Amino acid sequence: MLTWLIEPLEFEFMRQAIAIGVSLGILSAVVGSYLILQQMGMMSGVISHAVLPGISLAFFLEIDLLLGAFAAGVLSALCVMGIQKRSRIKVDAAMALILTSFLALGVILISTLKTDRIDLDGILFGDILGVTSGDVWRTLIITGIILLFTKLFYKELEFYTFDPLGAKACGLPVNLLYFGLICAITLTIVASMETVGVLLVMSLLVGPAITAYLLVKELSQMMFLGSIIGAVASVTGMYGSYYFDLPSGAAIVMIISLFFLVALLFSPSQGILTEPELSNKIKSWLRKFNK
Amino acid sequence: MLEVCNLSVNYRHTPAIENVSFTLHSGVAGLFGSNGAGKSTLFKAILGLVPASGGTVKWGGKPVVEQLDRVAYVPQRSQIDWDYPVTVEKAVMMGRVATTGWFRQHSRHSRQLVRNALQRVSMWQYRQHQIGELSGGQQQRVFIARAIAQEADLLLFDEPFNNVDRQTAAIIFEIFAELKAQGKTLLVISHDLGATVNNYDRLLLLNKQLIAFGLTENVLTKANINRAYDKYHSFTPQLPTINHSINANLVN
Repeated sequence: MLTWLIEPLEFEFMRQAIAIGVSLGILSAVVGSYLILQQMGMMSGVISHAVLPGISLAFFLEIDLLLGAFAAGVLSALCVMGIQKRSRIKVDAAMALILTSFLALGVILISTLKTDRIDLDGILFGDILGVTSGDVWRTLIITGIILLFTKLFYKELEFYTFDPLGAKACGLPVNLLYFGLICAITLTIVASMETVGVLLVMSLLVGPAITAYLLVKELSQMMFLGSIIGAVASVTGMYGSYYFDLPSGAAIVMIISLFFLVALLFSPSQGILTEPELSNKIKSWLRKFNK
Repeated sequence: MLEVCNLSVNYRHTPAIENVSFTLHSGVAGLFGSNGAGKSTLFKAILGLVPASGGTVKWGGKPVVEQLDRVAYVPQRSQIDWDYPVTVEKAVMMGRVATTGWFRQHSRHSRQLVRNALQRVSMWQYRQHQIGELSGGQQQRVFIARAIAQEADLLLFDEPFNNVDRQTAAIIFEIFAELKAQGKTLLVISHDLGATVNNYDRLLLLNKQLIAFGLTENVLTKANINRAYDKYHSFTPQLPTINHSINANLVN
């Protein structure tokens, strides 16, 4: 058993993949907690697709792709917020429109700027086993920075995400806090881009956080438990990928979904199968059956 | 002293409130009016949460928006996500966030204030509960405790009596009396024009414009009520709303 666990670690690429996986698992759970409490789970989908025109432009202008991705991602989130604030359109519809608009713009830019040498597959689906030590360092630094900011502004962010109007009435700079959250979400997505891919980063952001949400009653606990779930799922998924030759990103996502399913069914306070009414029902059925 | 002078708010050229002026000294003032009369909008305009198209709001001679730490705001219960993972104690602690300031931990003094406030509303024994586990009246008391812990001088309550039990309503009125004795200024949105109006020192009747302001007996004249509630509601002005909210609860 132990050799089974240790054997993959002999390879440099596995050690790096695991480091990046654990780091992303923690980062996504912390940022994802804010995301789902803002009822903006789909915002990760918008941002992760909206990075495409930024990547294409950055490739054309020969600047760092991640910089372009970050700018486009933040811009898309601000567009959603603008539409929501300035019109009676609800946020889900605004998100659908912005997602497709940015994606379409990305496709057009790729074909007109002839930037189709971008490794789109790598960006969309990720290749966690192909990361370099530079990727590892970048992810660790982004994780460190965002965790530090979360710690520094924890009480303000908690107040703002719980009661935005009350927070604004107390004089907190709510627009700045919102912008900070958007930047953190976009940074997380950009950091995950080359490893699990933009399509699967939604799962990392939302899955561990909502799994923890079903099990705890405080934001800090939600972040802590979510981090553990995210990190464990990343590592487990990677071993699955190593031993069973599965695509690494997809394996991680399936493990996250499995964790969620278990919490949904068995959460002591909110689980479907732990509802007192249900167990009473089953008992009465069994009684009938025995007769 | 709260001075509201010619305050107006427009939503896309539709006036929500027009030229509202009044001055409040310490004590409890009740703000009454039909749905859509602009009561919540008036609150939000006082706090700078919606842009005013004209007028000024001053507290002690200076604009309120420059001293928001001295104002406590209790929003309507429907504006809060009660599934949010926060315990009762942490939710009340949020009233101390602005005073504590950036990059700092809450002081022992703040924790003591939170404890006192929770004891005052008889919710201390629930401090470790997640807020979603509470009844409507208990949730309202948590937010009242948050306002008390904030130690503000001006307190704005948006429909604190909506769907609360009798015990909670009694506790809230006791607290109002205590806050008044401490020299604070309270403005309370309510729907109940019955016997509870005696708990207010001043009444405001709003129907986009300020219909009447002053002592209860001077405000609650038949003519004023007809103007505030557009005649056909006359003596049971909010009955349709009350039924509506009860139905909504049954559906839920």
